[in-house]
Amino acid sequence: MDALAMTGVSCTFVDKDHPGQRYTAVRDVTLSVGAGEFVSVVGPTGCGKSTLLNVGAGLLQPSTGTVQVFGQPLIGVNTRAGYMFQAESLMPWRTAAGNVMAGLEFRGVAPAEARAQAEAWLKRVGLGGFGDRYPHQLSGGMRKRTSLAQTLALDPDIILMDEPFSALDVQTRQLMENEVLALWARDDRSAGEVPASRKAVLFITHDLDEAIAMSDRVVVLSAGPGSHPIGEFAIDLERPRDVAEVRTSPRFIELHNAIWAVLREEVLKGYAQQLKAA
Amino acid sequence: MRHVRLWQAGLLLAVFAFWHLMTTPGLLPNFMFDNDRQAAFFFGEPLKVLVRVWDWFVTDADIYRHLGVTLIETLLAFGIGAALGLAGGLWLALAPLASAILDPYIKAANSMPRIILAPIFSVWFGLGIASKVALGVTLVFFIVFFNVYQGVKEVSPVVLANARMLGAGPRQLLRHVYLPSATSWVFSSLHTSVGLAFVGAVVGEYLGSAQGVGYLILQAEGTFDINTVMAGIVVLTAFALVLDGLVGRIERHLMKWQPRAGETEQL
Repeated sequence: MDALAMTGVSCTFVDKDHPGQRYTAVRDVTLSVGAGEFVSVVGPTGCGKSTLLNVGAGLLQPSTGTVQVFGQPLIGVNTRAGYMFQAESLMPWRTAAGNVMAGLEFRGVAPAEARAQAEAWLKRVGLGGFGDRYPHQLSGGMRKRTSLAQTLALDPDIILMDEPFSALDVQTRQLMENEVLALWARDDRSAGEVPASRKAVLFITHDLDEAIAMSDRVVVLSAGPGSHPIGEFAIDLERPRDVAEVRTSPRFIELHNAIWAVLREEVLKGYAQQLKAA
Repeated sequence: MRHVRLWQAGLLLAVFAFWHLMTTPGLLPNFMFDNDRQAAFFFGEPLKVLVRVWDWFVTDADIYRHLGVTLIETLLAFGIGAALGLAGGLWLALAPLASAILDPYIKAANSMPRIILAPIFSVWFGLGIASKVALGVTLVFFIVFFNVYQGVKEVSPVVLANARMLGAGPRQLLRHVYLPSATSWVFSSLHTSVGLAFVGAVVGEYLGSAQGVGYLILQAEGTFDINTVMAGIVVLTAFALVLDGLVGRIERHLMKWQPRAGETEQL
């Protein structure tokens, strides 16, 4: 059974000031993520990737189409999913530990227990001892790690990631990518805990390298408006992968060329449209 | 910081010295008034003002009753006004329909010169504490209200969406997202509100009462006792400063999550 399945999803936005003006961000998207599968969605900027993720998270109702989570129709917020946002999403009035334990607290875990779990998660993402810092006292990379811990602490079955590392510098970014892969892979045999199944990941990015290096499958979206998937590629690179090293393997380059051939035209199309709009 | 305090104290002394120099009869040749008593009559004399304050607090010790009444009125007006403003601001910010319906009425109520309500409140609530508190509440409420409203409206949509994804229900969103986000706005408004709560109390007393610092000032004015009027103003100012300092202290305690300029703690 698929962890997340979208069928015929379209999203049309109506301009509040000019009700006649409509903008269809995504049209007729059918996309599924199997349990434990790592799927990336790539596409030109402004093609509605984030819209799709918000639909999967239940934060946005699609205009048409259905969303199913483990076979159940999605109503309201997707409680089985964790969401890592592109922008700053930590609560600035809570410490790093306070942010990580927030979700546990909301779900009724006792504060002492939640704090212990939060500290453990901060350690796992390499932020042990930083629990009492406020977000403004952390660097961008550390804030992203805190977000990662915050998302993973709830042990979601599905992780939605919206260009989570796009604001980071290249080195920090590769470090974080490897860490995410390690945490994701380790879920099979997390030490001392009940072995959980691997999480399904839906990863949004505009960086093709990142998509190939991390995923089991890459979906290419067309340029907006009315984006829809125009290509799907299974990534058969061996795991575990190092995101920096894997980029030099022949198979990676082969896949990159194949996907880029599809993506290139859409990127150019999207660029031309943006020029026209401007 | 010690230097700043010294300069501040020096400035205060300088103001008093200037005041003393200009008003004490016989100290300077007349250049504004025909009679060297006139300056003292219009502006009071700082030494006499300070003696008056000393009498109030130490020799006669008769101000405490009045000051107590004024402070209670101020604190009640401040507390009730801020609480109502907070509740009203949260409610309207989270209920778009109610906000749309009430919008013109709130704007009207805010732009109305509310000091003129004082006589009406005297009729409604009598000449006791209640009418002064009511006046202070109308002054404090709108300031806090508009700030809370703004604060809730400016909650980061990403932080909000994140909290929802983390499983926060409506009450938890209110408690853990909207309220903390609004607090920084609330505190900036509280500094203004403290002063206005005093204004409400004193103006209310001034218009009709049997006790309070405003009453003392009114009595003194009736006999052209400028020194006592000035002494009343000095005492009120000092206590307004103390209250503002208290608000600032609570603010620093609650707002330690906010970045401050020049704080080099980036890691």
